[in-house]
Amino acid sequence: MNAIRVDLRLERPGFRLEARFDAPARGVTALFGPSGSGKTTLLRAIAGLEPDAAGVVRVSGLAWQDSARRIFVPTHRRAVGYVSQETALFPHRTVRGNLDYAWRRAPPRERTVDPDHAARWLELEGLLTRRPHQLSGGERQRVAIARALVSAPRLLLLDEPLSALDLAGRLRILPYLERLHDTLDLPVLLVSHSLDEVARLADRMVLIEDGRVRACGALAEMLARLDLPTAHGDQAGAVLDTVIAEHDPDYRLTGLAFPGGRLMIAQHPEPIGARVRVRILARDISIALDPPRRTSILNVLPAQVSELAAESPAQVMVRLDVGGAALLARVTRRSADALGLHPGQAVFAQVKSVALS
Amino acid sequence: MSPAVTADLTAVVITLRLAATTTLILLVLGTPLAWWLARTHSALRTPIEALVAMPLVMPPTVLGFYLLVGLGPHSPLGAAWGRLTDSTLPFSFAGLVVGSVIYSLPFVVQPLQAAFESQGRVLLEAAATLRAGPLDRFFTVALPLARRGLVTAATLGFAHTVGEFGVVLMIGGGIPGRTEVASIAIYNHVQDLQYARANVLAAGLLAFSFLILLMVYTINRRLRRRGL
Repeated sequence: MNAIRVDLRLERPGFRLEARFDAPARGVTALFGPSGSGKTTLLRAIAGLEPDAAGVVRVSGLAWQDSARRIFVPTHRRAVGYVSQETALFPHRTVRGNLDYAWRRAPPRERTVDPDHAARWLELEGLLTRRPHQLSGGERQRVAIARALVSAPRLLLLDEPLSALDLAGRLRILPYLERLHDTLDLPVLLVSHSLDEVARLADRMVLIEDGRVRACGALAEMLARLDLPTAHGDQAGAVLDTVIAEHDPDYRLTGLAFPGGRLMIAQHPEPIGARVRVRILARDISIALDPPRRTSILNVLPAQVSELAAESPAQVMVRLDVGGAALLARVTRRSADALGLHPGQAVFAQVKSVALS
Repeated sequence: MSPAVTADLTAVVITLRLAATTTLILLVLGTPLAWWLARTHSALRTPIEALVAMPLVMPPTVLGFYLLVGLGPHSPLGAAWGRLTDSTLPFSFAGLVVGSVIYSLPFVVQPLQAAFESQGRVLLEAAATLRAGPLDRFFTVALPLARRGLVTAATLGFAHTVGEFGVVLMIGGGIPGRTEVASIAIYNHVQDLQYARANVLAAGLLAFSFLILLMVYTINRRLRRRGL
């Protein structure tokens, strides 16, 4: 089950990394934490780029590093795909040349994605004869991802793949990353300091603080944990994995089903049965004790209060259980007192807005 | 052709042969040395950098003098050379090459080292994650990206050898037809008050130096325009 095991220590003047976590053989695991918490260093150490790091790195049964047994496989013998923040494309080669560089060095029996396939997939066909300096930031990022895939990795490491891009660039590249997630049978470790990015792309989250793993687990559970900083602040919110259950062409709405009920959102292009992940911010949920009638709010879900935590002197974060799924709601302390909110209480969650991820 | 012109031409041919041989040897020896200097954290790095730079500050006659002594038939090196080739290093073309290689070393190593250092480690690390081993990375990433440094190093090494005087005079003795290079021929012409002949050779060297620098700047500008 746990195909990836990381247990690494690294000491630097004024900085200490001591990180241990497991990740499954499939899906995207986000290494999330504030800038300077050691995420990039950890990712580099997993790739073998930090020779001073000691400990264990095991990927699908292979020991890439085991300091106790004096094993340290150098980077070029690790089947690792690495996309760094500063997309390190070879400036003396064309896009095609960059892809071929990776292809020629991938062991023939392990090859999965060939350069043509990768180029088609990341829509690089028109760029193949260009050199890196003739590409936009988003194009460079796509080439770097394609090149990493062509090298036949057993583990893909993405270090802030969107950080160099503006909002428009991010929105353009996200679908490619999501497709990567949906179609490739390849574990991905994604370093990010953007909760929004993590909510869109990851299945699991490893929360890193000051070089240590504060907590790790499934994304939806992690985001709903009130003891973690991710469940506080303006970006706090829950993710729900839903399935498209109906389309209402008349009102241009789409109904999403999940164990806790049904959510109506603006019309979605995918067909019925498609899986859609949504993110609902805590500030977009309000709580009512009675089922609200005559309201403009479309989505009202019966829920149960499971936990409360002070958010600020004026506000309270409430975790709600909705048919087994967790939602977060941020309400004023005055409202919480007025409604007498307490764990176990049956309430109604009014969802003001649903963000698609 | 008059014997005088033939003698001058011979001096030019010796000069070019010496410069070409020296440059070739320096590129082969200097590239790995520059690479090592650019990458190592060894404590030896600084002393070796200082040694490489010595010819920049030393009077050429000092270097020439010690080479003459160190390569003479009674020195260990000179004796070994004598056994191998049945000839002596001083006052021979091979001796000129040895002297020139040492004297022009910094002009080749320093631009190469700067080129390697400016590359940073990002691209080499990227190559490593694409399964390129150390030698592979050197030949497919570091060397191609050091192209401008290589052009500069080769040119400076060549031109500096062409312009050498003190070292080649000390170790070669300026024997016409064997070790007399163009710069020594010019000096000898001036000594003989043959200013016209000196002028032909000197103007030739001047034009040559200008053309070579022009070529380097053109090549480097082209490489830069292609993003390299």
